[in-house]
Amino acid sequence: MNIFVCVKQVPDTETKITPTSDGSYIETSSIKWIMNPYDEFAVEQALLMKAAKPEAIVTVVRVGSTKDAEALRTAMAMGADEAILIDGPDHLDSYMTAKAIKGAIEKSGKTADLILTGKQAIDSDSLQVPQLLAQMLNMPSVSVVVGFENNGGTLTLKREVEGGALEIYEVKAPALVACNKGLNTPRYASLPGIMKAKKKPLTTYSLADVGVSDDDKRLKYSAFKLPPEKPPGKKFDAMDEANQAKVVSDVVNLLRTEAKVI
Amino acid sequence: MLHFSYSSEQNEIRELSLKFAKNEMMPKASEYDESGEFPMPILKKAWELGLVNTCIPAEYGGTGFSAQDAVIITEALAYGCLGMNTAIMANDLALLPIVIAGSDEQKKRFLTPFTEDYKIAAFCLTEPGFGSDAASLQTLAKDNGDHFLLSGEKMWITNAGFADLFVVYATVDPKLKHKGIIALVVEKEMAGIEIGKPEKKMGHRCSDTRAVTFRNVKVPKENLIAGPGEGWKAAMKTLDHSRPLVASSAVGGAQCALDHSIAYAKQRVQFGVPISQHQGVQFLISEMAMKVEAARLLTAKAAWLLDNHQPNTQVASYAKAFAADAFMQTSTDAVQVFGGYGYSTEYPVEKLMRDAKLIQIYEGTSQIQRLVIAKEIFSRSL
Repeated sequence: MNIFVCVKQVPDTETKITPTSDGSYIETSSIKWIMNPYDEFAVEQALLMKAAKPEAIVTVVRVGSTKDAEALRTAMAMGADEAILIDGPDHLDSYMTAKAIKGAIEKSGKTADLILTGKQAIDSDSLQVPQLLAQMLNMPSVSVVVGFENNGGTLTLKREVEGGALEIYEVKAPALVACNKGLNTPRYASLPGIMKAKKKPLTTYSLADVGVSDDDKRLKYSAFKLPPEKPPGKKFDAMDEANQAKVVSDVVNLLRTEAKVI
Repeated sequence: MLHFSYSSEQNEIRELSLKFAKNEMMPKASEYDESGEFPMPILKKAWELGLVNTCIPAEYGGTGFSAQDAVIITEALAYGCLGMNTAIMANDLALLPIVIAGSDEQKKRFLTPFTEDYKIAAFCLTEPGFGSDAASLQTLAKDNGDHFLLSGEKMWITNAGFADLFVVYATVDPKLKHKGIIALVVEKEMAGIEIGKPEKKMGHRCSDTRAVTFRNVKVPKENLIAGPGEGWKAAMKTLDHSRPLVASSAVGGAQCALDHSIAYAKQRVQFGVPISQHQGVQFLISEMAMKVEAARLLTAKAAWLLDNHQPNTQVASYAKAFAADAFMQTSTDAVQVFGGYGYSTEYPVEKLMRDAKLIQIYEGTSQIQRLVIAKEIFSRSL
């Protein structure tokens, strides 16, 4: 049984993001990279399945620049068996990313019985790669999954919908499952795990190796900019009783004309 | 070759340790500080991840970390909670004499079980009457054929109430001073060990500290780690290893005080601006940042010397004294940055200030470190 887990390396949420001076991307030199938090749920789910079926092989796949391979190494330190790195820019568009992962899975010579991903990456927040990849591989896909049960290749998946309700799907593997917070509690990579991970195989492919070229580009980034700074909140002093009626009418007026919430 | 970067593996070790400190230790630190309860579930979890007993060599089932790796881990864990870290670090302190002076058979017998299950060890050197003057210790080990009869009292013993084994320094004859000192492994099942009540402490409150009394405990000779003349050397070598660890715990605590201060200074507004814009506060924070970095570099050097098999006694004392004093100053200033809020237990910095004080005391006071340094300086000059 082959389980593929897609992981993305994203800037730590505590990192201060600065666009490059030409606006072509963000400054990456000072960024601390972490594994996309939603992908941790995907890795954990794969490892839980491996615990139930020890013969399963868990391969983690990442598209990105090679300078840091932390996310892949962390996944292997947690217990994944192998890793594939597709050397490419960190902000490849969703279509190219999905196509690259598809190419890498095919090139690995393994048939994917299950693909696990995070429901979204917290940096670009495109929420497209899982669905695109499943489409390209002609597999069913379910996203925002918070419940996972495997019964001999039939997966019972719970997914969250608006208002906290759950949809329950029954899907036949091979399938793609995009995981959400709440599905499991990702384990820590242990120190012995970190040492063992160094000896696990990490294969690197170029974009050309996995059949991706500039012709596949679907999205052109025109500029990276910080959002405009929020204006400071308005304060009203309603402590003075004589003034209260006026303050209330001012606030109501602003809520209507400026904030447009009433 | 001089460089200031961690290897990629060390970065991963640091990340894991910090993640554990922030997610598992920090959220519970205040609760355990208040109750004084021994944080067993957290310690067990730390052991499962390989964060405990970093001194055990790979051939005995340990992780085989370098001194540099160990200080990286300790700094991170101390960032999470000094008290919990003391409980973790005390295992290394107790096991180090076995690593340093034990025979192959003893290492297998005593160290390997620590890699198979979470077990706790206690280092017993200090006595009620002899702390800094440890060479005058009175606990007697009487040679009685195939065993020693151990009697005496030990004080301020970390982990004592939960220890599976005790590494005890005793003397075969108090008149011999340091030449009469031996090191023995006492196992908790042995008859005649009396464990005192937990001491009520100012800081490190969740670590377990007690007196331990030995009343004619029969300790078989195969538990002798270092005999007369060797025991004192083993104790001193242990300190060469453990002082960088203690120094790194001070660095972790000081970094934590600094980080809290920076975050608070950015959000606390006085006179219409965040206090981070007031020079008085900026000076405090810059001073903290300098001290933290200097302490970290000294600690790294003390560990580097060990890893490169060079004498490190003097630099280990620099690191231990400097880092402990820096932590005390940094945590005191952190309370200052927080003002009235800093003095309240609702905020985390007063605990750091209480915790810092102990680092200036245990494993050789800041004053003893200066004596060690002076002794090294003058014994090496003509």
